Amino acid sequence: MSKMLALASPHTHAGTSTTRLMYIVAACLLPAAAAGVLYFGLPALIVLASCIAAACLSEWLCLLLRRRDWRACMDGSALLTGLLLAMSLPASTPWWVAAFGSAFAIIIGKQVFGGLGHNPFNPAMLGRVMLLICFPVELTDWRAIATPDFADGEIILSAAWQGIDAISAATPLYNMAEGLSLVELVSGAHPGSLGETSSILILLGGLALVWLKIIRPVIPVALLLGLGAPALVAHLIAPESFDSILHHWLSGGTMLAAFFIATDLVSSPTSNKGQWVFGLGCGLLIWLIRSFGSYPEGVAFAVLIMNAATPVIDHYLRPAVFGSQSAHLQ
Amino acid sequence: MFLSARPFAGGIHPKGFKELTEDKYIDRLDSPDHLYLNLQQRNGAKLVSLVEVGETVFKGQLLAKGSSDMAVPLHSPVNGKLEAIKEVTSPHPAGLKTSCMVLSNNGDPRWGEDHRPCDYRQLTPEQIIQKVLNAGIVGLGGAAFPTGVKLRLARQAKVHTLLINGGECEPYLTCDDRLMREQAAEIVSGVQMMLKALGAQQAIIAVEDNKGEAIAMMADAIAELPQISLKSVPSLYPMGSERHLIKAVTGEMVPPGQLSTKLGILVNNVATARAVFHAVRFSRPLIERVITVSGAAVEEPGNLVVPIGTLVSQLIAQCGGLKVDAARLVAGGPMMGQALPSPFVPTDKSIGGVLALTESELRQEQSHACVRCGSCVEACPMGLMPFQMAAYSRVSDWPQAQHFGLDNCLLCGACSYVCPSKIPLVQYFQHARGNLNAQRSMRQKSAHARELTQARQLRLAKEAEAKKAAKAAKASKRKRPARRRAASGGEE
Repeated sequence: MSKMLALASPHTHAGTSTTRLMYIVAACLLPAAAAGVLYFGLPALIVLASCIAAACLSEWLCLLLRRRDWRACMDGSALLTGLLLAMSLPASTPWWVAAFGSAFAIIIGKQVFGGLGHNPFNPAMLGRVMLLICFPVELTDWRAIATPDFADGEIILSAAWQGIDAISAATPLYNMAEGLSLVELVSGAHPGSLGETSSILILLGGLALVWLKIIRPVIPVALLLGLGAPALVAHLIAPESFDSILHHWLSGGTMLAAFFIATDLVSSPTSNKGQWVFGLGCGLLIWLIRSFGSYPEGVAFAVLIMNAATPVIDHYLRPAVFGSQSAHLQ
Repeated sequence: MFLSARPFAGGIHPKGFKELTEDKYIDRLDSPDHLYLNLQQRNGAKLVSLVEVGETVFKGQLLAKGSSDMAVPLHSPVNGKLEAIKEVTSPHPAGLKTSCMVLSNNGDPRWGEDHRPCDYRQLTPEQIIQKVLNAGIVGLGGAAFPTGVKLRLARQAKVHTLLINGGECEPYLTCDDRLMREQAAEIVSGVQMMLKALGAQQAIIAVEDNKGEAIAMMADAIAELPQISLKSVPSLYPMGSERHLIKAVTGEMVPPGQLSTKLGILVNNVATARAVFHAVRFSRPLIERVITVSGAAVEEPGNLVVPIGTLVSQLIAQCGGLKVDAARLVAGGPMMGQALPSPFVPTDKSIGGVLALTESELRQEQSHACVRCGSCVEACPMGLMPFQMAAYSRVSDWPQAQHFGLDNCLLCGACSYVCPSKIPLVQYFQHARGNLNAQRSMRQKSAHARELTQARQLRLAKEAEAKKAAKAAKASKRKRPARRRAASGGEE
């Protein structure tokens, strides 16, 4: 009866915690990450491991320097940042490049602003854009997939899977004319970032998040609409110069952005209306950058631009105060 | 969309814990030895004792009253003696001591006076309201606003609908639910009396749909009364909030900062309706109420009829006592109730529940940084942005906190309940509200002081002027004969 923690009501709690939230999100990402390892082999595993380790280490270091509880480095948020960054990188990225990007994401993207909850930008995307600008060659070195063969109960790991003599290839976003089948796009059996190719697994993970009520479906739906609507119209008018809606939805980082990156709690708006604007804006910007920009993929830029707009969105689009609708009575 | 199925935006579904007590009949507390009646009321009004220390008091006797109708009179819940008037720890979380009348009880359960039944149809609305005022009835839902005053104001505002609140959305509490099951007829009679007092056309009794038996009993009780209808509303916290109940039942919304009478609706609790029945029919004052004693740290949770002023410890003792893992005592429900400083504080008219909670029920942990997840925004039934309000309250930026809706906040706790970072949002809001109230009363005080100074200056100036005028008048009086003399001198 002497515990003097906050004595204000309520005297009960739903039992949720941010740490639990972060680890559930990470768990929902795992199938897609596993698929990446399956397709791209050991190099993918190395990128994943170095990103996550670098993220957690730099978080720990920053917390020590800031004289905070260093145990918070395992609260799942740094791990998630590292995981998301790794999934958006090509499997061929050298481990030190990946680790550098990850450390940048945590230190410059998050801790400099005051740590968890204070970063205006999505740290993982900030890390990715930094790497894309500083290491353009490493970040666009796409490899052909090297799925192990499962013949006669034996697993045959090719040299490419083990990271030797891998074959360079173009991603679907680079080379739309070649055209990939729908099955290849959905399953992820095509060149691309290590965790972005398997749209179906990312979609399932995302739906699990919605079902578990970790994220609200507003941002994913809005993002897919914002990307899909202009893609549909443009493709109908000029199919030879614009990709189809399915191509846009299923290739590159669209699915990952829709369910895992744009929905980042800290850097997205909080109100329902705000989330619609944010999602639609992300989708539209992705389409614009992909169709007219000089970079083949626009997810990271689109999310960062909308992150910058979040304070404005939150300022103007607030939920309606209960009863303010019946203004005729006032 | 599926959102339209919700009776209002926001709200949460906290775990109910109602199964602990909902199937237990209301029991009567063994007559307590001593009672402690608070002379200081929740709204700050002070009462004056009408009896001398040492005097014998009888059950139902008027013991103390205040200077206005906002100060609700106190009656003796027992036969016995006024032992003392002294400072006793009140059920305030800070353990403030307030002046209390200490009564000893001789155990005689009879009323001091015979109360002859009275037919409310023979009474005028004003007579009914006067009886309610005299009985010392306050809203028993928790806010403890004087019911007589409420009825009078609503009558003046020409209210057309009386809404009876059987929501009881707080977890654990089942006292209203049990009352509806066991005393439906008395509640409905009270509703009829209030209808007459208000001159309203209809009454709607709203009950949350998780109280099936209560709904059945109430439906039986109103079967032949065309003026009264029953409405089942979805269970969603905070359904018991006046504004949200009105929205769920009528679809109308009370504008922020306005009272429900603006829509022609008055809301009263079911237990209040029953108290009105006793006051009007038998002229019996409010001297006892039903209290839910629950929580995992109580041996045998239940519902008890408790005389006003009984010590909390006595309630818990009758329910089998506390278990060793009791971590906190709460007066009221877990969402909006107040932590009790000790079990040795008296209950008052507004306390509808006494909970003894364990650590695992409290789930109290160190708070973390806000991750702006928006759970609180989604949960807020008032459409506010709690995390912004808390952030500004934290740095004492009161105007910004108000800008984000602090004045419209119900302090319902839905935001704190869902917050994954376990931020004590409501505590910030209470802190900010307290500061704003202090500022307001300071402003009022200084405005009053300024008024007084100005009045004094005005008075002094007037007095000076009057003095001057008197002097001038005197001088002229003195001068005139002089002039006359001069004139006459001139004539000479």
